[in-house]
Amino acid sequence: MNNTAFSIKQMRAFYGAKEVIKGVDISIMPNTVTALIGPSGCGKSTFIRSLNRINDLIPSFRISGDIMYRQKDIYDKETDVVELRRRVGMVFQKPNPFPKSIYENIAYGLRIHGLNIKDTIDEIVESSLKKAALWDEVKDNLKQNALTLSGGQQQRLCIARTLATQPEVILFDEPCSALDPISTAKIEELIHHLKQNYTIVIVTHNMQQAARVSDYSGFFLLGELIEVGRTHEIFTAPKDKRTEEYITGRFG
Amino acid sequence: MERHLDKELQELKTEILRMGGLVENAIGVSVEALKQLDRLAAEKVICSDKAIDELELGIDEKSLDLLALYQPMAVDLRFITMAMKISTDLERMADLAVDIAQRVLELSGKPLLKPLVDIPRLAAVAQDMTKGAIDSFVGADVSLAKNVILRDTEADSLRNKVQVELINDYIAKDKSSVSRAIPLLLIARHLERVCDHATNIAEDVIYMVEARVVRHHQEKL
Repeated sequence: MNNTAFSIKQMRAFYGAKEVIKGVDISIMPNTVTALIGPSGCGKSTFIRSLNRINDLIPSFRISGDIMYRQKDIYDKETDVVELRRRVGMVFQKPNPFPKSIYENIAYGLRIHGLNIKDTIDEIVESSLKKAALWDEVKDNLKQNALTLSGGQQQRLCIARTLATQPEVILFDEPCSALDPISTAKIEELIHHLKQNYTIVIVTHNMQQAARVSDYSGFFLLGELIEVGRTHEIFTAPKDKRTEEYITGRFG
Repeated sequence: MERHLDKELQELKTEILRMGGLVENAIGVSVEALKQLDRLAAEKVICSDKAIDELELGIDEKSLDLLALYQPMAVDLRFITMAMKISTDLERMADLAVDIAQRVLELSGKPLLKPLVDIPRLAAVAQDMTKGAIDSFVGADVSLAKNVILRDTEADSLRNKVQVELINDYIAKDKSSVSRAIPLLLIARHLERVCDHATNIAEDVIYMVEARVVRHHQEKL
C-alpha cells in the first residue's frame, strides 16, 4: 500500500499514565475525506492532533506505534516538525485568526517559511483566499483587522492561511462547531472542492456533516477505532453494534 | 436509553400494521367474493380502498417528517425508508383487491365458465404470501421473508397454468366464452401481482433487518 497518505499501525497515545489511544490501525488514502466520529473523550482529537505532532506541545504526551506519512515515520528524530506541519496543516474548532489584517494573516506564515517577495506574497494571498471561497467578500478590505470578520469568514480565513503554505493534508478539528448553518454549508462546500487537491481528515460531532462531506468514516470509542469504512456503509449499515448505537443516538 | 424517536417509530409501525390488516382483509374478501360471485362483498372491497389510501398518505407524511426532523441513520434510516416503500406496495395490493372485485362484478349474474380450481389455489398462495410479508415486517423475521420470496415462482406458474388453460381450452375454441374467460384471466394476473408486491415487501424487510439488498438478485437470498 505505497499510495497511502497516512499508514498507521498500533498507535498508542498517553497523557501521563492515562492511555487515550489504544492501538489504532488505519490507512488514509490521498485525495479523500476521512471523518472521525465518536463521543467526547474517545480519542479522536488526540488522534488527529498526532498527525502533525501538535500534541508534542503537551509535556505529558507520549505516543508509540508506526505513524507513517508518505512512508516516513513522522515521529522519527530526523523529522523536521515545522516542515511536517506545513505539509499537514490544521484548522481548529474555534476560528483563531491573528489579531492582524486579513492580508497579514496569510502573509505571516509565508514569511516564516522564508518567502519575502511582495508580488509573490500578493499572489498567494489572493489565490489562497479564492480557494477558501473568501476572496469576493474581502478583496476590497484586505487591510481590515481579521477579528472584525464574522465567525464563518474567520474560519475560512484560517483555512486560507493553512492553504497558503501549500499543504498536502488538511486536518479539521470540528471546524464548524462554532458556526451558523450557512457558514457551515460554505465550509462543507469548500471541503468538497479541496478534496481534489488535498487529503482531508475531519473530526466532527455532527453526524450528518460526517455523512455529507466524507468518503470514509471512522468511529472511535474509549480510545479504540471500533469501525472504519466507506461513509455510505457506516451510516446506512454499520457492522459493529456499538457504531450503530452511537450514530442512532441509542448510546448510554 | 429510550429515545423520543423510538416512540415515533413504534407509531409508524402501528400504522403499517393497521394498513397491512386492512389490505389482508381486502384481499380475503375479494377472494371470497370471487368464489361466491358475491356482488355485495365485491362492493365492500371497492369501498374499503379509500381508508387504505388515506393510511398510505399518512404513513408517507409521517415518514417524511421523521426523516426531516431526526435525520436518522443506520437501522432507523432503513426502517423509515422501508416503511415508505412497504406502504406503497400495500396500497397497490389493495388496488389489486379492488381490481379483482371489479372482475367479480363483471362475472356475476352469468354462469361461471368452469369450476374454479387453480385460481383458488393461486388466491391461497397470494393470501399466504401477503400474511407472511406483513408478519415478517412485524417480527423483523428474515427467514419468514425468505420463504415469502421463494413462493413467488409458485404463483407465477399457477398464473401461467390458468392462462394457458383459459386460452387453449376456451378462448381459442369458443368465441362466445371470451367475455367470461377474460375476467378470469385478469383475476389470475391480479393475484399474481399481489404475490409480486408481497415479494417486494419481503425483500424490503431483509434490507431493513440485515442491510442486504436481495432485490433482483435471488441468488443473494
